Amino acid sequence: MIASQDIRSRILTALPGASAVDVKDTTGTADHYEVRVVAREFEGRSLIERHRLVYAALEDVLGGALHALSLKTLTPDE
Amino acid sequence: MNRSVVDEIKKEIDENPVLVYMKGTKDAPQCGFSAAVIQVLDSYGVALKDVNVLADPEKWAAVKTYSQWPTIPQIYIGGKFVGGCDIVREMHAKGEIAPLIEQAFSAKR
Repeated sequence: MIASQDIRSRILTALPGASAVDVKDTTGTADHYEVRVVAREFEGRSLIERHRLVYAALEDVLGGALHALSLKTLTPDE
Repeated sequence: MNRSVVDEIKKEIDENPVLVYMKGTKDAPQCGFSAAVIQVLDSYGVALKDVNVLADPEKWAAVKTYSQWPTIPQIYIGGKFVGGCDIVREMHAKGEIAPLIEQAFSAKR
């Protein structure tokens, strides 16, 4: 289990150019989340690269405390 | 065991135009994301190779390292890593999967 605040702060630390990080617990069990990130760092990057940036922030909990993660990655213009 | 899991993975990627490393099988997916991916790819009506990582923990660990991607499902089309469920769904909605699949199958002929 991992708190949405925890997810949020990790992403903000890894992506200082993020203007929005929305975290939604989809099952109420604090281990399945939907995350929407808007960040300048995504500009010019493919979806795979964008997702890798977010995964890097959550590497140690993915598959453990964090069972499922759905990502939406957008640049400020999108 | 003298198994080279990485060689197995390379072979799977090379031999299958559409390949999904997933939880469960394409006829019986065991996770929502894996099921969603199969649904999307099935809509193209082409041959799909599924590899159940739940049945093979060694391969599961190896595939995460090989793709440098920490989650399952993982989708390869035409020998190239396309991404996970979210990416495939987004690309499908934008019509970006069809050309990849077409290319993958024409390359095999």
